[in-house]
Amino acid sequence: MSEAMVEIHNVTKVYERGKQKVEVLHGLTLNIPKGDFVALMGPSGSGKTTLLNLIGGLDKPTSGEVMVAGSRLDQLGGSQLAHWRAHNVGFVFQFYNLMPVLSAEGNVELPLLLTKLSSAQRKKNVAVALQIVGLSDRAKHKPKELSGGQEQRVAIARALVSDPQLLVCDEPTGDLDRSTADEILGLVQVLNREHGKTVVMVTHDPKAAEFARRTLHLEKGQLLEQAA
Amino acid sequence: MTKTSFVIANLFRKRTRTILTLLSVIMAFVLFGLLQSVNSLFNAGADFVGATRLMTQARVSFTQPLPTGMVPKLEAVPGVERVAYSMWFGGVWQENTPLFVFAIDPLRYRDVYPEYVMPDEQWQTFAHTRTAMIAGKVLADQYGWKVGQKIPISSNIYPQKNGSKAWAFDLVGIFDGKDDAWRKQTNIAFIQSEYFDEANSFNLKGRTNFFILKLADSKQAQAVSKTIDAMFENSPDETKTQTEKDFNLGFVKQIGDIALIVHWILFAVFFTLLLVVGNTMAQSVRERVPELAVLKTLGFTDGSVLFFVLAEAFSLCLFGGLLGLVLATALGAMVEKGTGGQFVVRLDAGVWSIGILAIVLMSLAVGLLPGLRARRLRIVDALAGR
Repeated sequence: MSEAMVEIHNVTKVYERGKQKVEVLHGLTLNIPKGDFVALMGPSGSGKTTLLNLIGGLDKPTSGEVMVAGSRLDQLGGSQLAHWRAHNVGFVFQFYNLMPVLSAEGNVELPLLLTKLSSAQRKKNVAVALQIVGLSDRAKHKPKELSGGQEQRVAIARALVSDPQLLVCDEPTGDLDRSTADEILGLVQVLNREHGKTVVMVTHDPKAAEFARRTLHLEKGQLLEQAA
Repeated sequence: MTKTSFVIANLFRKRTRTILTLLSVIMAFVLFGLLQSVNSLFNAGADFVGATRLMTQARVSFTQPLPTGMVPKLEAVPGVERVAYSMWFGGVWQENTPLFVFAIDPLRYRDVYPEYVMPDEQWQTFAHTRTAMIAGKVLADQYGWKVGQKIPISSNIYPQKNGSKAWAFDLVGIFDGKDDAWRKQTNIAFIQSEYFDEANSFNLKGRTNFFILKLADSKQAQAVSKTIDAMFENSPDETKTQTEKDFNLGFVKQIGDIALIVHWILFAVFFTLLLVVGNTMAQSVRERVPELAVLKTLGFTDGSVLFFVLAEAFSLCLFGGLLGLVLATALGAMVEKGTGGQFVVRLDAGVWSIGILAIVLMSLAVGLLPGLRARRLRIVDALAGR
């Protein structure tokens, strides 16, 4: 786990809310090695999601360097970032964010429309991803026909179908009961341990954080400590 | 799944709304197709090909009557076989039902229009009974008229010499058409021009609205038309000689500037349609801001998201527009058949081209603003519901 997946150096992020400027991250520096599973914890407004957005290439820092999977994200343009996200990172959201008009397999196939894979190959990859999350028998179901846990499994299948090195999870169990949450976290752990995915997960839940290899605490836009 | 099927799936996320919007697009393009082809019909130049009859009227308007004394001169023109004449009576049946009634010279009319079929004895009775009237089968059937009845008809134009607008005619015959097309044109009635001449209070004796010229050879139609109009040029009764089709169109043109009417109707229709479809598209994008943000998160570029929204607008307009134009083509064919070929409402290549151009322009008009909004979405703001 020595090679770095995420290298963040002296990053600040300032949001402009009307005439007011709010500095959310203050000169933050962070390294996450490949194959790591990091839980980001902290109170609301501490900058967890902002940091996750920078790591996932959804936003750019106001200053500082963000290097993820070998690319300087702070130097990429909008289309380059989109291309980078399509090939390097999978996202899992708290509220699943599936397309309600598509079936489970349609949702999982969506990122593959950005690749040059044939229809048959896409179908094959989708089947594998659904099998990994244990939802092969629900492939034809629409999101509204699935439980919360099943929806989140579909979201995880969508995140890993294009085989990214990095999984970015924003409160992946925030909307689930304890037992379902544990199942989902167990699945993420398997993806980390058996499939070698680097995982960065934002959570408020200490029990969820226990599934990570380490936990980082953020407060007021700064990293407080690094717990093993 | 393909990008196309994804676009279609998104289009039908609110099935009822999409179907209602589609119906309004279809209706708009049906109207567009029909009205635009009517417009083309009225703007088309004179076509003498295949004309077996010509109509001669006063150059200014057919409402300005010409002297029936022109008949021998017209019949002397090479290529003209027989001449009939007809005067618009403007009958009203019962309270306020307008009828197509013309005052004619019976036997001349029969010669010029052999397509109208009636027993010879009825033609003879018509020709020799001053107050006689004959009615087409469609008209007679519609009002239950029988031969031998007295038919009271009033005229909004011509009162009798005693000042009364109420006329009464003896129905002496009911004519039919020789075939289906002509049968559909038997919704008219004829009265004797001789009687009309004497009985009306206007000083119109020996005058008529138009002449119908039966030609010996249809190939001579254009030459005959030119000869007649040249013959009466610079006279008090200058003429305009045209085919029956053009004459009928001219009749309809009396309503007003057809092109202007058509353009204003289409403007209103398309303006309303823009609001309806534009609102549907705007609402559709507004409803799924988080989904569009997820698409961008997955790696779809801003341009791809713009493309998806434009593709939805284009699919909606293309499907509705094409279906509308196809329906208009079918309806036009029905109108043509229903009027026995008198009104050719045909969607030609020109109308289709303008229709397709309208589809493209409308797609851009309704899709571009919501598309640009989707393109501008910042992922983090959209996901956070800001």
